This record gives sequence, C-alpha cells and structure tokens, in this order.
Amino acid sequence: MEQFKRGVKAGIPIGLGYLSVSFTFGIMAVSYGLYWWQAVLISMLTVTSAGQLAGIGTMIHPGQYFQMLVSQITINIRYSFMSISLSQKTDAKFRGIWRWIFGFMMTDEIFAVASAEDVICRSFFAGLCVLPYLGWAGGTMVGALLGSILPDRLMSALSIAIYGMFIAIVLPEMKKSRPVICAVLCAVLMRCAFYYIPFLENISDGIAITVCAVVSAAAAAALFPVEEA
Amino acid sequence: MNGISFWIYLLILAGSTYLIRAVPFAAVRKKIQNRFIQSFLYYIPYTVLAAMTIPAIFYATDHPLSAFFGLAVAAVLALCKQSLTVVAASACAAVFLVELFL
Repeated sequence: MEQFKRGVKAGIPIGLGYLSVSFTFGIMAVSYGLYWWQAVLISMLTVTSAGQLAGIGTMIHPGQYFQMLVSQITINIRYSFMSISLSQKTDAKFRGIWRWIFGFMMTDEIFAVASAEDVICRSFFAGLCVLPYLGWAGGTMVGALLGSILPDRLMSALSIAIYGMFIAIVLPEMKKSRPVICAVLCAVLMRCAFYYIPFLENISDGIAITVCAVVSAAAAAALFPVEEA
Repeated sequence: MNGISFWIYLLILAGSTYLIRAVPFAAVRKKIQNRFIQSFLYYIPYTVLAAMTIPAIFYATDHPLSAFFGLAVAAVLALCKQSLTVVAASACAAVFLVELFL
C-alpha cells in the first residue's frame, strides 16, 4: 500500500501533463469527424500521444489498414526498448500475467519515472498508472465534448509539465555520470538535426526519436560500457 | 465516423500498440548478461527523454521564451534533486509568470 501511494504521487505530474495533451487530442479528433465517444475509446484503449495523432490522421481515409499498421509500428517501436529495459528492473513478483496487464501502460512518461527506480514492484507501477490513465481518458473526453474552454494561458503553462518531468529525471543522472552527458548531448544534437535540416524534417517524430535514442545509446554503450548493472 | 471501418482501425491502432509494449515486457524474463546490451539499456531512458525534450520543449508553450525560462527553472531544481512533481509544477509556474509579461 505504501508503494502504491508512492506510485500515485509520482504519477501526479504525468496525469497533469496528459490532461493538457489529451485535451488537445480530443479537440482534434472531433474536428477530424469522429464522435466524442470514439475519441475517448481510442484514448482509453491506446494511451499513446504520437500514435493516436497519426492514427486519427489515417482514419479519415477509407481502407488504409495496412498504412495504419506500418505507421503505428514505426512510431511505437520505441516502447519495445522501454519494455525490455524495465523488464530488467522488476522484482520477482512482477511477472507473468502482471507483465501482460501493466505492459499496456508502458508510455514514455511512465517508463521514465519507473526507470528512475532501482527495483520496480507491482504496487508502485500500478499506482503510477492511475492518474496518467485518468488524465489521458478524462482530458480526451473534456476536449472532445467541450472544445476550448480552458484559458490559453493555462494550457500553455500546463503543456511544459511533461518536459519538466523529463528534465527532473535526466539531469541528476548527468550530474553523476559523464558518459550520460555524452549520450544525452549526442541524442539532442541528432534530434535537432532531424528537426531543422530540410529533408530530415519530413521524417515522423516517432521514427526520429527512436533513431536518435538508439544510435546515441548504442554509441555510449560501445564507448563507455557500464561496470555492473 | 460511422460503421465497421472505425472498429477495424481501432483494433489495429490499439492492438498493435499494446503488443509492441506488452510482448517484450512479458517475453524478456531473464537478466540480460551481455555487457553491451546492459549498457545500452542503461543509457536508453536518458537518450529517449533527451531526444523527446529538445527541441520540442521550445514549441510546447505559446512562446519559446517562456519555455526557455521553464526549462531553466526545471534544470536548476532538478540539479538540486527536487521531486518530479516540484520540478514539473515549478516549470509550469515559470511559464505562466513569464507569459504574463509577454
């Protein structure tokens, strides 16, 4: 129970961040011609930002099932790396059916918080999922039903919450380890190249992030292997 | 959006996303011994988060300048080992305050 509560608390910034992101998704989905309940159903069953956004972009065209599958795999393949990474940190009871259940909630942000743990137990992970899930589904519903009711200023401020959380995870580790600094700088430089160089900017965010992260982590692993994980 | 098409799309969207996440999570049960893979898995969270944060953070808020202040506040607090919630909330507050003056 202690662990569950600690998880819920760690999920607060994720839930808040999701609220603003999924709110925008809800508005967009309705503007694409989906019903509000369809938008909510998509959010409740998928729980991923980039994938859902690309998904509704495909849905407005009839019969592009194969394109849907391919784009989802490329956008979401990073989750596989995250799942493998966390599979190394779970405690003895966190296996079998529990992996199949909680694997559903392997989002970037939940992964980020969970990976800051030394050992991940089921109750912590379960607690961690509660507010993000509610935020994601609830935000979608509010956005789809009510459109733009929140003042712009508030939305703008909330939209940095997720990044603030990322910074809180990455910087302390950079302070401790020089190789992490190198890996992070490499990833950032590559990502900026994908963002700003013509040609490369056409590549989807999901693929670009995966490429930058995998190449940087592989380079760091080759140059600075860790002693004992 | 009407009809069976929505449900097929939903099945592909939700199904593929779920399998991509859950299959590796459930399938990898042993401790990985290979040192390169161990190291790779140690670095991957940080490189993923870094690639997701910069430069996207500068376009998340209404103005890159407010995002810059949010980033600076978050960075200082993160280096002082503040909790995720404190860092995230302070970054939001910084953005809100800066945008009052923009």
